[in-house]
Amino acid sequence: MLGYDRQMERAVHDRGGWPVDAAIDRSEHELADWELLTDALVGALNREGVMNVDELRRGIESMPPDEYERASYYERWLYSLETVLTEKGMLEPGELDRRLGG
Amino acid sequence: MRYRVGERVRVAARAHEGHHRTPGYLKGKTGTIERAHASFPNPETRAYGGDGLPEQPLYLVGFVQRDVWYGYQGRASDRIYADVFEHWLEEAQ
Repeated sequence: MLGYDRQMERAVHDRGGWPVDAAIDRSEHELADWELLTDALVGALNREGVMNVDELRRGIESMPPDEYERASYYERWLYSLETVLTEKGMLEPGELDRRLGG
Repeated sequence: MRYRVGERVRVAARAHEGHHRTPGYLKGKTGTIERAHASFPNPETRAYGGDGLPEQPLYLVGFVQRDVWYGYQGRASDRIYADVFEHWLEEAQ
């Protein structure tokens, strides 16, 4: 069985070589509209100099580990978008929930 | 660029709380400089809204798979390659 040095505590996203019991899910799915829009939004914010890819990554890495595990790829992007735009004062804390929750 | 192609380097085995692009499975591992890419803005400061300056030298480092994974069953010549910034590298003893 393959192993690696566990000399360092590793964050949840830093998972190269983590042993897993289940086979890795390699299935693809048709992207939903919200996923395409999320991708477009991140691209637009990057081009406008509002938020760069390293901030996107850092926001994803700041997710609580259990939420990270549950979230899909673009759910992680959305989490990061909300985190970073709130830091920058472009969103009020809880603003998205209020506007989307009605 | 501090290191040259062919030099042996060790990836720093340090913890780092913030964003960084050095994979955990390579920390503490020794490899060989395969290519000195160029210098690039530092993602560790860009991730917090900084400008990433000064730019940091980036290298392609090759590692023997058997040095990285215990019990690796592949060929002894198998390598794994990763881009690593200079400030994560130390001269190998």
